[in-house]
Formats: sequence, C-alpha cells, structure tokens
Amino acid sequence: MELSLFDKELLNRLQGNIPICSRPFAKLAEEIGTDEETIISRIRALKDAGYLRRIGTFFNSNNLGYVGTLVALKVSPTKIAPVAEAVNKYPEATHNYEREGKYNLWFTLLTRDKNHESNILDEIRNLPGVEDMLKLKSNKKYKVNVQFNLN
Amino acid sequence: MCNSTLTKQDEEIIKVLQEDFPLCEEPYKVLAARAGVTEEEFLNCVQKFVDEKKIRKMGAVLRHREVGFKFNALCAWEVPPENLDEVAKIFSAHPAVSHCYDRNTAPNWNYNLYTMIHAKTREECDNIILELAKMAGVENYQVLYSKKEWKKTSMKYFRD
Repeated sequence: MELSLFDKELLNRLQGNIPICSRPFAKLAEEIGTDEETIISRIRALKDAGYLRRIGTFFNSNNLGYVGTLVALKVSPTKIAPVAEAVNKYPEATHNYEREGKYNLWFTLLTRDKNHESNILDEIRNLPGVEDMLKLKSNKKYKVNVQFNLN
Repeated sequence: MCNSTLTKQDEEIIKVLQEDFPLCEEPYKVLAARAGVTEEEFLNCVQKFVDEKKIRKMGAVLRHREVGFKFNALCAWEVPPENLDEVAKIFSAHPAVSHCYDRNTAPNWNYNLYTMIHAKTREECDNIILELAKMAGVENYQVLYSKKEWKKTSMKYFRD
C-alpha cells in the first residue's frame, strides 16, 4: 500500500498527541479538515497495512515506579542465539538487539524494584557464553520522542 | 513529576490503557467500561497521569522500517561531565535523534551519553553522526549498528 499525502499528514499528526476527550477522532478530524468516520477507517487501514507499531498510551516507566537499565553483554560469538533467547524469555527485557562491536548484545530491562533487577542480571551473567556485562544506568533522559516526519 | 502513589483503581486504568486503543467514536468509553469506571472518571484520570508525567504521550508510534527509516544506530559518546547537559541539548535538538540519555560509565568503558539515531540509509545515518560529533565537538564515540533485532516489545505494567 502506497501512502497518500492524506495518510502522511494523518500519520504525522497521530505521532503527536491524540486529544483526551470523549470523541478524540472527531476532534482530530476537525483539525485536519475531514470527518470522524474517514479518520477512523483510515487509521484502521494503516494499522492493518502494518504502518503503526502501536496506537495508544506511552508511559514514563520511572514515574510509574519502575527501574530501568541498559545492559551490554559480551557474548562468545557461537553463543549469541541461546543467550539472546534466554534474555527474551524475561518479560522485563523489552528491547534486545545484537550489535556490532565488542559488546555484541544490548538489552533494556524494566523491573519494579532493584532486587528483582539484580536477580535477573545475576542469572543472565551466569549464562554459558556471557564473558562480560555492563550495567548502564541513566539519571537524565534528555529526549524520548520517537517521531518520523513523513513528507 | 511523580508526586502521588498509585491506587488500585489507577493500576486498573493503566492496565486497560496498555491494550490497543479502540478505533471507534468513543474509545475512552470502551476503555472506561473495561476498567469499571465512568468515562468521565477515566478521562480525568488520564489527564491527571499526563499532568503528573506518568503518561509520556497518547498517540501512535510507527513501524520505522515500513515508513522508510530502515537504519538505526545506538551511538555511545564520551563527553566531559561538565559539558553533558550542553551536548545533550545539541543532540536532542536533532530530528533524527529519538532518544538521548546519560548513563554511568564502567571500567574500560568511558561513554556517558547515548543517542538512538534513525535514518533511511546507512550513509545518511553515518553522516548524521559525523554532523552531531562536529556540532558538539566530541571526538570519542562508538557507533553500535544493530545486526539483528531479537526483541522489541512494550512493557506490560502491573502484570505481576
């Protein structure tokens, strides 16, 4: 499916904030000069075509009381797949990427408390093939804004 | 800031908000029914979460590969601590940067600032990184291109 100019405008707008009111799509329609029914059916089509990863609420995990960390692993090249799969099994591990470089597996972990975090990290550190682990904690999130401007 | 603790009802509302947003005329009414509250109570709570910065945004995130942004790099930068805020501000202002976080260093790992960069080609991505390095005057950095996405999910809060 090719994106029309209208689709691009709609996708650009949807990446901002959807109004918090009883009829949010009617309000969006008013803003971009169309009607509620068109907006809803077009979003459905774009979602079905796979353009939307998610539409809904994005939380600030720290402000919900969760602790997050980025973890870098140095894994022996022959053990990448089993280690990556073991990490994936934790629901607390939300993103997990194999990357170029000395540390070749990078994942993010979100837990409700530090003890739970350190238990999980101990288990992962002890997996066969894990040679080193860096726990990289953030104090300041300067920017979190996943927006792609389509034109 | 997070200045109020969550009630059981708040947690119920958060659980419901994590589901797909209903694509219908009155989506909040549908969600409110699932949480067992009125639409008005639900909307007030969502607005409260936004004001308290518990909700970052109500909106959409696109599948970046499908919309043409096929290359992403995690870039780790070594910045003098006293310049951290200033450099982070420069990086954050760039539209190709989606995330910019400081992080602690580790032995033999002196990088203290991280950015996620998205671009349509690897060349474009490399050029953006060179541009950022030049703008901020940072010489030591590592570009960590992704080789394989093993997992990418949204956290499910309050499920345990």
